Amino acid sequence: MIPLAHYLILGAIMFCLSVIGIFLNRKNVVILLMSIELLLLAININFLAFSHYLQDPAGQVFVFFILTVAAAESAIGLAILIVLFRNRHTINVEDLDTLKG
Amino acid sequence: MSFAQLAFYFFAAVMIVAATMVITIRNPVKAALFLVLAFVSGACVWMTLEAEFLAIVLVLVYVGAVMVLFLFVVMMLDVNLSRLREGFGEYLPIGGLVAVLMVLEMAIVLSADSFDQQNMPRPEPEAEGYSNTKELGRLLYTFYVYPFEIAALILLVAIIAAIALTLRKRPETKYQNPAKQVAVKREDRVRLVKMAAERRKDDQS
Repeated sequence: MIPLAHYLILGAIMFCLSVIGIFLNRKNVVILLMSIELLLLAININFLAFSHYLQDPAGQVFVFFILTVAAAESAIGLAILIVLFRNRHTINVEDLDTLKG
Repeated sequence: MSFAQLAFYFFAAVMIVAATMVITIRNPVKAALFLVLAFVSGACVWMTLEAEFLAIVLVLVYVGAVMVLFLFVVMMLDVNLSRLREGFGEYLPIGGLVAVLMVLEMAIVLSADSFDQQNMPRPEPEAEGYSNTKELGRLLYTFYVYPFEIAALILLVAIIAAIALTLRKRPETKYQNPAKQVAVKREDRVRLVKMAAERRKDDQS
């Protein structure tokens, strides 16, 4: 049988990979959005593992809501990205310094 | 090693490799494709947790919709890749160190006795005929009906926001104004003129 700890460690590894992805690809907004999606996937693994091992379906309901919010977030994020590219012709985070004081 | 264990470790390994490729690969299109692989493996891992409905929702919503959106955006934007890769290795040592330390710390904490087989035994598989979808639907439409409606509202807001952000009016494009078209009167279009009858020039009679 697979112990609960292995699911949690898988979630932890995925979480850390997403965090290092955000560190490494600081300039590319598309990869940043992808890293955030991976991060939410890692969180969902934890929710589902506890939901299964504690025999409580409420965890699955929470995953459902997280999926909803993540889909909305990526849709709006990509829309902002398109508007950004249309106006500035770049998606490099370093070029987006209009608000710099 | 049982088949369930074998499946879990295989899909977990594929997922980790795919996630590593997503954050290190140069080409954003390939990164999006590896993200698809990560999500499909994630759905298989969820299947081993007997969350069948959410596993298929992950494939349908993420691989089917969100990833296609990602690919569409990545291919539509004409991005200068070399500039975006500048400074990639700059943060690799410190970022890698932080990540490895985080994984080690979490592994130490999670390997504690609280999460092992004795204290947290894996429950028996559900009996034949049990429907995960039915169970989830029963919960969603009773205890969680208000959060469910708020989720619907969030999706509506996301639709409106995405359309409102990307819609643009070009000055050179001609638009119809339906309100003006409907409100138009006969007098605005047709003018009746009274005049005396006239003989045609080539009329011989």
